[in-house]
Amino acid sequence: MAYSEKLLNHFKNPQNVGSLDKEKKNVGTGLVGAPECGDVMRLQIEVDDASGIIKDAKFKTFGCGSAIASSSLATEWLKGKTLDEAEGIDNMDIVEELELPPVKIHCSVLAEDAIKSAISDYKSKNAL
Amino acid sequence: MLKENLIYLDNSATTPCDPRVVEAMVPYFTQHFGNAASRNHPFGWAAEGAVDKARKQIADLIGADPREIIFTSGATEADNLAIKGVAQMYKRKGNHIITAETEHKAVLDTCKALEKEGCEVTYLKVNRQGLVDLAELEAAIKPTTILVSLMFANNEIGVVQPMRQIAEICEKHQVLFMTDGTQAVGKLPINVKELGIHLMAFTAHKMYGPKGVGALYVSRKSPRVKVTSQMDGGGHERGMRSGTLNVTGIVGFGKAAELAMQEMESEASRLSELRDYMENELMKIEEVVFNGHKDFRMPHITNLSFKHVEGEGLMMTFNEQVALSSGSACTSASLEPSYVLKALGLGDDLAHSSLRISLGRFTTKEEVDKAIELIANGVHHMRDLSPIWEMYKEGIDLDSVEWQEH
Repeated sequence: MAYSEKLLNHFKNPQNVGSLDKEKKNVGTGLVGAPECGDVMRLQIEVDDASGIIKDAKFKTFGCGSAIASSSLATEWLKGKTLDEAEGIDNMDIVEELELPPVKIHCSVLAEDAIKSAISDYKSKNAL
Repeated sequence: MLKENLIYLDNSATTPCDPRVVEAMVPYFTQHFGNAASRNHPFGWAAEGAVDKARKQIADLIGADPREIIFTSGATEADNLAIKGVAQMYKRKGNHIITAETEHKAVLDTCKALEKEGCEVTYLKVNRQGLVDLAELEAAIKPTTILVSLMFANNEIGVVQPMRQIAEICEKHQVLFMTDGTQAVGKLPINVKELGIHLMAFTAHKMYGPKGVGALYVSRKSPRVKVTSQMDGGGHERGMRSGTLNVTGIVGFGKAAELAMQEMESEASRLSELRDYMENELMKIEEVVFNGHKDFRMPHITNLSFKHVEGEGLMMTFNEQVALSSGSACTSASLEPSYVLKALGLGDDLAHSSLRISLGRFTTKEEVDKAIELIANGVHHMRDLSPIWEMYKEGIDLDSVEWQEH
């Protein structure tokens, strides 16, 4: 499959790979997808309690090139955003930015799910 | 344009034309361009002579009589002609066909099309190594069975089915035996008479010949097999396949067959040595699963699953330098992981993680060494990115995790 330059850049130099301490109260973790489906994304956010701003984001993804690029892009976008702003990230934004071909749109959906799941984990930990 | 240092390890998909094949073909584009069916002038005679020569070269490769070779556009057409042609020709005798789950789509989809027209098809299962069970095959034969179609060698895992034993069962029950020989012809010694094969489909472009030309072997004696033509027209190829012969392609096919015959033995041992070396090196990586059969297989193919790494992503780490295939859903037109690997009993996760490596006549040891290094680096890189590799390393039982499937 011929991918866009931006996607290839994210794939070749993925940003924010790694883990945050999921036991910490201000860290929200989202784990979505399944090995049988060929993609699993783990996306984590660390929130500054005082300001409510996401100060760090990390990911690890098992999946195809566009799944990895989508999660890398998502973590880039999350940093510096408030939770409300982060919740507003739409999968189609990712599709446009990375020029995902139609068969790869589900990778962007997975990234949006991962963002929402991480935020919801943070919120439930902090009784928000 | 392709980079010069690009390593091609996808020879089960197609092979490059051997330069000696191209050289043999060239005069037939411009100088001897005649129609092999033009019986009354030298242009036609030259073309017909060239086709006759190629037909003999190809027949010799498989131990057949030249009159038993029907030229087609490729193996897919030959599979269609054999299976649909037998189903139609022998419909008074019965309507039941036996094949296997791991066959190529050219066979499976042809069978599915026939099911819509009233044929009954049994799809045999295979074991973990990809072999059919001979007792199951025999038990599946019934009075209405007209054809058993089982491939010689599998295109994804390279497993070679026991042709002689299958043929004996077919003989015993007076059922025709057809095989898709696409991956095996030109690479393994094949004698259709000794093996008891009645029909065999194969193609030039998997054996260093050109694309767009293939053949169906149809036995003329004991038994004398007939197939209903699927292409009507001028009655070429003994009425079984009309259409002006692709003389240039056929000349190349013939030359490819001649070269394959000459070089088969030395190539098979060179390739199996190289393949075994590559396979052993790659299996030194942690958590690699071998797919297929270690003994009954083609000399040039290996199929491995690199656990907790997705195949398409893995290929993207090296696809500017090495070309090969994966059973991952993301590389298939259907967006489903390899049905062949699933038929072996592999979970979807292992099918997604598989690579098929197929070496060829022009593969060198240096290329194999480079590919091993690039693949190994890719696996390590992708595992560093993989949350399920991390979970596996932490001792988490992945089967016990409640995944959020989407």
